[in-house]
Amino acid sequence: MILFRQALRFTSRLPFICGRCRTYSAQVGSVERVISAFRSVSGDEGVSVGSAVREQHGRDESVHICRPPDVVVFPRSVEEVSALAKICHHHQLPMIPFGTGTGLEGGVGALKGGVCFSLRKMEQVLDLHQEDFDVTVEPGVTRKGLNSYLRDTGLWFPVDPGADASLCGMAATSASGTNAVRYGTMRENVLNLEVVLADGTVLHTAGKGRRPRKTSAGYNLTNLFVGSEGTLGIITKATLRLYGIPESMVSAVCSFPSVQSAVDSTVQILQAGVSIARIEFLDDVMINACNRFNNLSYAVTPTLFLEFHGSSKSMQEQVSITEEITRDNGGSDFAWAEDEETRGRLWKARHDAWYAALALRPGCKAYSTDVCVPISRLPQIIVETKEDLIRNNITGPIAGHVGDGNFHCLIVLDPNDPDEVQRVHSFTERLARRALAMDGTCTGEHGIGLGKRALLREEVGPSAIEVMLEHRRR
Amino acid sequence: MSARVLVGVKRVIDYAVKIRVKPDRTGVVTDGVKHSMNPFCEIAVEEAVKLKEKKLVKEVVAVSCGPQQVQETIRTALAMGADRGIHVEVSGKDYETLGPLQVSKIFAALAKKEQADLIILGKQAIDDDCNQTGQMTAALLDWPQGTFASEVTLEADKLKVVREIDGGLETIKINLPAVVTADLRLNTPRYATLPNIMKAKKKKITNVKPADLGVDVSSRLEVLKVEKLKEAGRI
Repeated sequence: MILFRQALRFTSRLPFICGRCRTYSAQVGSVERVISAFRSVSGDEGVSVGSAVREQHGRDESVHICRPPDVVVFPRSVEEVSALAKICHHHQLPMIPFGTGTGLEGGVGALKGGVCFSLRKMEQVLDLHQEDFDVTVEPGVTRKGLNSYLRDTGLWFPVDPGADASLCGMAATSASGTNAVRYGTMRENVLNLEVVLADGTVLHTAGKGRRPRKTSAGYNLTNLFVGSEGTLGIITKATLRLYGIPESMVSAVCSFPSVQSAVDSTVQILQAGVSIARIEFLDDVMINACNRFNNLSYAVTPTLFLEFHGSSKSMQEQVSITEEITRDNGGSDFAWAEDEETRGRLWKARHDAWYAALALRPGCKAYSTDVCVPISRLPQIIVETKEDLIRNNITGPIAGHVGDGNFHCLIVLDPNDPDEVQRVHSFTERLARRALAMDGTCTGEHGIGLGKRALLREEVGPSAIEVMLEHRRR
Repeated sequence: MSARVLVGVKRVIDYAVKIRVKPDRTGVVTDGVKHSMNPFCEIAVEEAVKLKEKKLVKEVVAVSCGPQQVQETIRTALAMGADRGIHVEVSGKDYETLGPLQVSKIFAALAKKEQADLIILGKQAIDDDCNQTGQMTAALLDWPQGTFASEVTLEADKLKVVREIDGGLETIKINLPAVVTADLRLNTPRYATLPNIMKAKKKKITNVKPADLGVDVSSRLEVLKVEKLKEAGRI
C-alpha cells in the first residue's frame, strides 16, 4: 500500500497525544543494530531474518506475488509490540501487522521492505462476559478458535469469512461473511480496540476496558480503525459483540429461471421480515461446476441457498412463507431440511464452490472479485458481468451474498498466460467501475489491499482521500 | 421403547489449552485454566440424545464424578438434550486420585440403581488417556461391550456396533443391556444453544456420594512424578 504505508517520514504532531513537533533524521539505522534492539525486547526466538520465515510472512491467499519483509518479529504482549514499534519508528522502518495471512488482497506485502509484526503468539481469549454478550480477544485468536472456546456458553461470533481468520485481522479488513444479512459485518460488531500506533502509543479506541453496547461519546475511533487494513496502527486486542446460538437452523435451496427472479425473491423475503440468516446466490456456470465436482444434479440455472435461524416453533411458518415467495417468482425445486446432515448435503454445493470452480480448469489459480451494489441493481450488474465474461472468454462462475448485494466472480485463470492475466485484469477493473457506476463499492468484503488503490480514489473522491491521507500522515 | 441410557461426562482441561506442568512436578496446572466436557463424552451425549430423538430410548441421564464444578459439565449435557443429571460428589484428595477403576465401580452401582439399559461413555478422557472405564464397567456388570464405536444401531433388544479397530472396521451384535464407548467418527456433537442452556437450568441434578453407592474411592495408585517431555530438536 504505497499510498498509505510509506516509510514514516513526518514533521507534524500526533493527534490527541502530544503537541510537540518532531523531526527525524532521514538516516535509517544499520540492520544489525535494529535486530539486536528487537532481540532485547522479544528474545532470540522472537525475531527472525530467515528467508523461509520472511517469505511466509510476505504473502497471503491472494494472487499477489510474495513481497517479504526484511525481518519478522513475534511479540508476546502489547508492551512488546509498543517497544518494537518505538524502535521501528525511530529508524523509520515500515511496520506490517500479520494475523493469519489469509487475506485476499495482498495486504501483507512489504512493498518497501520493513518489519513484519507476526502477532500469533498473542493468542488469549480474555474477559468473556456471557450476560453482556461480549468478549475480548488477542490477534492470535481465530474465529473458529473463538467459537470453539465459546461452545459451552451457547454464544457465538457469527461473522464468517471463508478462511479461519484472525479476529483482529478481520477487524482490520472489516471482514464479512455469509451471515452478514442478519448479523452484520465487523463494522457492526467491534465494540472496542486496543491499537499500537506508529510511535508505540497504546490506544484504546473506546476507552480502556469499556464495552457498553452503545455510546455517543466522542468520535467513533473504533470504526476508524475497523477497515484501516493495518495502515493506522497494529490491533492488539478486539472486544467483540456475541450472539446467542439460535435454537434451530433450517436450510433451503431453490432454482430460478433468471437472475432477476432470484433477486426479486431475495428482496421480497427480506421485506417479509422472515428470520433469514444467509441468502447465497450461485449462477448457472457455478451450479454446473458444482454438479460436476460433487456428482450432484441441480438444475443448471440461477439458484438461491437460504438459511433461517430462530426458534423451532416458528421455523415451519418461515419456510412456508419463503416457499410461497419463491413460487410466485417462478422458483422451482424448493427443498428444505432441519437436521444437520441433510442441511449439509443441501448446502454442499455452496460450501464447495471455490473448489468446484478450481476443478473446472485443473492446474489453474483462482482469483475472487468482490463488488457490492444496492440490491436492486444486482440483476443488471450480474447480467452485464456475465456478458463481459463470455465476450472475453474468461472462466468466472459467480457466487454471491445476494442479501447484501455483494457477489464474487471466482475467476479461474492460468497465471502463466500473460494474455489471459491481462484480460482478467481489465475485466476486474471494468467490473469495479461498473459497480461504482451503480452507486456501489469496488470491495464489499476483501478490502483495498494492493490492487484497488486507484479504485478507492475513484470511489470516495479526492476530498475523502485527502482526509484519509491527512489522518494517516499524523 | 422404555430404555434408560446413562451417559458419563468428564470435566477435563479444554483441548485447546496449552498444558503446563506444576513446578513441583506433582501434576499439571489446573487453577484458572479453562475446563470443558471431554470431547469423547460430547460425542457420547450426542449419540444418546439422537437415540432419544428417534424415540428409541425414553430417558437420557448424564452422570459426572467430581467436585462442585462438574455440575457445569452436567448442565452442558442437559443443554444438549439429556433429561436429568446425577452428580457423584468426590472432592479433594479423593478427586485427585480418582481413576477408571473407581469410576467404573460407581457406574456399575448406578446402572443397577437406575435400572439402566445402556451406558454410553467416551472411549477415553483427553487428560489421562486411560481408555479403561468403559471396559471395566462392562466387566463389573458382566455386560457386553461395544468399544471404539463409529456407528451404533438399535435393533429390537440388540445393538449393532461398528468398531474402529487397527485392522479396519469390525461389526458386532451385542445384547442389551450393554456398554458402548464412543469414538471420534460416531457423530458430530451439537453446540448447546442459548435457549437450550436456559431451559436446562430447570432440569434436575441429584447429588449422591460414592459411599451411598457402596463404592470405596480410595486409590491403589500413587503418582510419583509428572514431567514435561523434552523439547524437540531446534534448527
